[in-house]
Amino acid sequence: MIGGLFIYNHKGEVLISRVYRDDIGRNAVDAFRVNVIHARQQVRSPVTNIARTSFFHVKRSNIWLAAVTKQNVNAAMVFEFLYKMCDVMTAYFGKISEENIKNNFVLIYELLDEILDFGYPQNSETGALKTFITQQGIKSQTKEEQSQITSQVTGQIGWRREGIKYRRNELFLDVLESVNLLMSPQGQVLSAHVSGRVVMKSYLSGMPECKFGMNDKIVIDKQGKGGTTDDTAKSGKQSIAIDDCTFHQCVRLSKFDSERSISFIPPDGEYELMRYRTTKDIILPFRVIPLVREVGRTKLEVKVVIKSNFKPSLLAQKIEVRIPTPLNTSGVQVICMKGKAKYKASENAIVWKIKRMAGMKESQISAEIELLPTNDKKKWARPPISMNFEVPFAPSGLKVRYLKVFEPKLNYSDHDVIKWVRYIGRSGIYETRC
Amino acid sequence: MAGTEVQLANRITSNGLEAGHLGRKRQSELSARSVTSSVRDTDRTKTTAFSSFIPKHSRCYIICVLYERLKFKTKFAASVSEFVRPEEKNSANMPAVSKGDGMRGLAVFISDIRNCKSKEAEIKRINKELANIRSKFKGDKALDGYSKKKYVCKLLFIFLLGHDIDFGHMEAVNLLSSNKYTEKQIGYLFISVLVNSNSELIRLINNAIKNDLSSRNPTFMCLALHCIANVGSREMAEAFAGEIPRILVAGDTMDSVKQSAALCLLRLYKTSPDLVLMGEWTSRVVHLLNDQHMGVVTAAISLITCLSQKNPDEFKTCVSLAVSRLSRIVSSASTDLQDYTYYFVPAPWLSCKLLRLLQCYPPPEDGAVKGRLVECLETILNKAQEPPKSKKVQHSNAKNAILFEAISLIIHYDSEPNLLVRACNQLGQFLQHRETNLRYLALESMCTLASSEFSHEAVKTHIETVINALKTERDVSVRQRAADLLYAMCDRSNAKQIVAEMLSYLETADYSIREEMVLKVAILAEKYAVDYSWYVDTILNLIRIAGDYVSEEVWYRVIQIVINRDDVQGYAAKTVFEALQAPACHENMVKVGGYILGEFGNLIAGDPRSSPLVQFNLLHSKFHLCSVPTRALLLSAYIKFINLFPETKSTIQEVLRSDSQIRNSDVELQQRAVEYLKLSSIASTDVLATVLEEMPPFPERESSILAKLKKKKGPGAVSVNELEEGKREGELNGGGERGGDNSGIAASNASTPSPSADLLGLRTVPPVTAAAPSAGSLLVDVFSEAGVNDDGFLRDLEPPTESSDSLLAEGSGDSDSAPPSAVSEDPAPPLPESNELLNKFVCKNNGVLFENQLLQIGIKSEYRQNLGRMYLFYGNKTSVQFVTFTTTLNVQTKTVEPLIEGGAQVQQVINIECLTDFLDAPLLNIKFRYGGALQNLTLKLPVTINKFFQPTEMASHDFFQRWKQLSQPQQEAQKIFKANHAMDTEVLKAKLLGLGMALLENVDPNPENFVCAGVIQTKAQQVGSLLRLEPNAQAQMYRLTLRSSKDTVSQRLCELLAEQF
Repeated sequence: MIGGLFIYNHKGEVLISRVYRDDIGRNAVDAFRVNVIHARQQVRSPVTNIARTSFFHVKRSNIWLAAVTKQNVNAAMVFEFLYKMCDVMTAYFGKISEENIKNNFVLIYELLDEILDFGYPQNSETGALKTFITQQGIKSQTKEEQSQITSQVTGQIGWRREGIKYRRNELFLDVLESVNLLMSPQGQVLSAHVSGRVVMKSYLSGMPECKFGMNDKIVIDKQGKGGTTDDTAKSGKQSIAIDDCTFHQCVRLSKFDSERSISFIPPDGEYELMRYRTTKDIILPFRVIPLVREVGRTKLEVKVVIKSNFKPSLLAQKIEVRIPTPLNTSGVQVICMKGKAKYKASENAIVWKIKRMAGMKESQISAEIELLPTNDKKKWARPPISMNFEVPFAPSGLKVRYLKVFEPKLNYSDHDVIKWVRYIGRSGIYETRC
Repeated sequence: MAGTEVQLANRITSNGLEAGHLGRKRQSELSARSVTSSVRDTDRTKTTAFSSFIPKHSRCYIICVLYERLKFKTKFAASVSEFVRPEEKNSANMPAVSKGDGMRGLAVFISDIRNCKSKEAEIKRINKELANIRSKFKGDKALDGYSKKKYVCKLLFIFLLGHDIDFGHMEAVNLLSSNKYTEKQIGYLFISVLVNSNSELIRLINNAIKNDLSSRNPTFMCLALHCIANVGSREMAEAFAGEIPRILVAGDTMDSVKQSAALCLLRLYKTSPDLVLMGEWTSRVVHLLNDQHMGVVTAAISLITCLSQKNPDEFKTCVSLAVSRLSRIVSSASTDLQDYTYYFVPAPWLSCKLLRLLQCYPPPEDGAVKGRLVECLETILNKAQEPPKSKKVQHSNAKNAILFEAISLIIHYDSEPNLLVRACNQLGQFLQHRETNLRYLALESMCTLASSEFSHEAVKTHIETVINALKTERDVSVRQRAADLLYAMCDRSNAKQIVAEMLSYLETADYSIREEMVLKVAILAEKYAVDYSWYVDTILNLIRIAGDYVSEEVWYRVIQIVINRDDVQGYAAKTVFEALQAPACHENMVKVGGYILGEFGNLIAGDPRSSPLVQFNLLHSKFHLCSVPTRALLLSAYIKFINLFPETKSTIQEVLRSDSQIRNSDVELQQRAVEYLKLSSIASTDVLATVLEEMPPFPERESSILAKLKKKKGPGAVSVNELEEGKREGELNGGGERGGDNSGIAASNASTPSPSADLLGLRTVPPVTAAAPSAGSLLVDVFSEAGVNDDGFLRDLEPPTESSDSLLAEGSGDSDSAPPSAVSEDPAPPLPESNELLNKFVCKNNGVLFENQLLQIGIKSEYRQNLGRMYLFYGNKTSVQFVTFTTTLNVQTKTVEPLIEGGAQVQQVINIECLTDFLDAPLLNIKFRYGGALQNLTLKLPVTINKFFQPTEMASHDFFQRWKQLSQPQQEAQKIFKANHAMDTEVLKAKLLGLGMALLENVDPNPENFVCAGVIQTKAQQVGSLLRLEPNAQAQMYRLTLRSSKDTVSQRLCELLAEQF
């Protein structure tokens, strides 16, 4: 179990230090600073073992969060907790920055006391936490309210309190995906996967029971066997194979296991319903075609073509192509048809930005790079060209089929709920070798 | 010079720990000073030398310098202008520092970097700057000197931050040809930091340096010299080693250039001594000591000290010059030296260096010089007594530095009782000084003083203070020195007190020094034991207090001594019996107890409280708590009990018969149990009594503990002096030093020879005579006693070569073990000089057999009748350890320790027996890895037939009678040869005595002639030999005649001797 938790700023100064177990001494704080933050070689592994003590860290902008333990803990659990903690902190005071942490240190200690007990993670549901850890200071709660909170936190449905009422019952559903790709110069896919999240924002009265349906291949196939042939024909190839998925604690896992249906009583407000990962039949929104030619020792010619590969009616946004340049670049000339391109010396790359681009189009950039002859004969390693974008569809092919809401006690039905669905596909690590 | 300052600083300010850990702080201090206040020449030299000593990786430090330079821009500019003497300022073609030299761009860049919040931001900023510089260096338009300098500076800064720089070298080289001082300086700085020696640019750089050296402009010459020193590569040395001495001794060279040249030459000499050739300049360098410019003297003396260590004879003349220089400094009033007075102390660095130089030489023979020197030393000692002229720590540091250096010179001379005693008194005052470092240094110097016979008594007066220091001192390193000093000052008169104090200190001593302390206590107790019961008490106490730190050698030694001394045996048995009664006792105690009770239990059996059965039960109660070797020893003790006390037989047999013994999973224990059981039941009492007889006394031998201590401390720590003393004391003790003997052990161990345990850790030796090819004449018996390594016998038995067929070796132990892989290569052919080396040892027994840059092999040997023992000392002269060190005689040997630590020495002992006469010396092959390279050398072991001579005294007529008896032509060998050395009667006598024969006076009618007689003892026979040597002083010729009863012997002796005179 987690023995202690430390938060450092970029200089390695400790901002928050909370020790849960005796086996973690004061020197652990310094050990992490010396061996990870100030390490000569940048530490890339998120888990570091120093003197039989394990340090799990995540970094948010300039802030390091490190969980420490001497025991053999489940690393995935620790990281899950750290991410949850980041979420909780963001929900309470916005961006995680040194300034914010310093201003809210009392709150953070209070939170830490609540979400970790003797190193065991506890309830980290923001909504629930906000009911009893507030920033408003002394807001004397009535006996009734207090007992309500107690019954909620200790009860079966800890993530939702009773008696919520909305005039308009609304539901927002976002499918957020990030697509990762590594492609060879010849256009062969070396690796590709999509990691996606279904994020919901629900403003529903009472204790509704929801059911979520998507084009999961297993479900569709099962239905197909059931005999509703037209349904299969309609969705046809459009079902997707989900490699693995995780759910919010509100989802009834037993039902998912037996019927593969996702039913739940939603928390109030924003939450992440599920996470999933797919690797098959990914729609790659962009294709990058690089052409690099070395002209003598002092010149390099680069031509890069990008092709958008989705419905012409859709628009991709925030497109950015990053073309690395050799370390001995002494000058760059760029010509591009669309968007803006600039040589950024501080990053050793040409950055080409396009605001919008419709599907089934192509665009190109060409650059001339001048090189300075150097002493060492090391060849340039040619790092891959990377790309960033945002597209309004799910590259995995996921479709929301339905989201039904049942509330037997209150008198509103599925049809009365206003539902919004949105798909956003972003680039993760989207690289093409050149 | 900076070197000294740092050393000096370390000696004075470092916390008594090894030098260097304050180095950093000191250096930065120094650099700050050198930049800000480099007014004096001394400081300027400092900067050079100092930057030549820093390794390239201490980048941050240089950053600091660079930054300091910017920060102290104005002052730096001032120092630069100071660099040129006022009168030259106008003539020098260096312009006054212009306003634009501030390099604003660089300052902005550095402050940008400093303001970066994160590593990433810093990298981004650097990438941007690099791109900028690349675009500037692209070569489109020519850059002016100023911008070139600025960008090169930036590159340098980026490099020092830890980023790789792969361009800009060409621009830096271009800067070298600039006429502006600052541009040139930055160019040189870049090159000395960044250019590696195999760069192709080195030719261009060398060219630029050559130009600057011949430019006659002193500042440029200095810069070039500094660069050579900073790079200090072999290529540089090749290019400039001839040039620099010329500059150094040229009459028209400026003083500042001379300084730089001297230090530069020193650096080159240190990196590649073979390239700096001695020539006529050496004598002129010595005369630099007379230079009126103190800076030059200081720089030159560093060079001279280093050179004279290698070639002492060439620089002999420097002694008198140094003495006169020293006396001038010491006797001068502090105002005389102006710039060179440091906190009221005149030229402290120079004085220290002079004193150190003098330590390279013996005391001057010239009475006047010596008188002057003694006067100087006295003055220095007097000055130490004067009240301090300043309260500043620098004043006392400088003063004390000179004082300590003077004291070490006094110790080095070791001939002025008066001075030695005064030095000792002075140090005595420091013993109670507030300053920890002074106490440390005082203790350290006193250690060396204690070994001098003149000051030993004086040192002893401080015993109380030292003991007090041991008890109350807070710094562990000072306590360690105090312990060392106690050890050094110990003699018969205070031994008891010191040993008692050390024992009581041992209980609280630091773990790191306990083992050494234990060894020291053991040695002192043995060395100064008058009363052996005291010795036994002490050692048993030692085992009780610090059992874990008592090494095998210590308790071996107790047993050796107890066995050899009849009077102490009863007491020892009684004491160990009492000690064993403690509920928890250390395993070493059980070992000693088991051994001694097994041998001498009968001496205390009369007392009912320690009846045989009680003794046995006491021992057996410890049995189960012990490790296997101890159990094996206890089993041997039990069988001895059966012999000593027949009444215990049944009990012991019962124990031996028990399953835990007779079916023990350890083969050794099981075997012993079975054999002892059988032995006790089968053999008659007579047989038992013979087999299990009391151990015979051990033969005399050097204390193994001493060897162990020596090994622990490295060769330098225990002086030969001490070794000799140990020996002498041993003899005083009435042959107390006796070592183990194979036969003795074999007798005591009725069981089979066992690899795992013997009572004394010495292995029983199965005779291999039958197995050895062609029973020859020289028997070399090697067994472990070096205290080096008792296990891991590895040997390489080679087929006997043509010369060794008369050699028979008796090695020891498991001959089945595989030879180490390193030895599988063929031994090298004997060194060409090995014959000469051999001849060197015909007339002497001790000395250095072989020496090269890596290894020194020393020999000590002694012979008695047909037996001899040879100690080989392998000394590692490097700081790197030798790996897989093996030695092979072309007969068998036992391996020495396969590792020799840098600076350490290991010992190998070879026992030699002469079977019959022989011609060729045995070959010794040595292999080891130094670094990665396999070193392989073969030497002739200096064992010659004459070593086995027994001198025979006889009267004149006896001699001639025998001479006539040996008149057959083949019995006589005669040689007439030319003298190689001067014909000095005394030398000749010494040589003939060294040969081993008796020199017979008044035998030969011609008093010029020498006659000798001796008998060569071999196992097979005795060969009487007579010698007659007739020198002819006019012709410088000798006639040597030898007659002996065996023709080969005469021939061989004649050959050997002919080389000697």
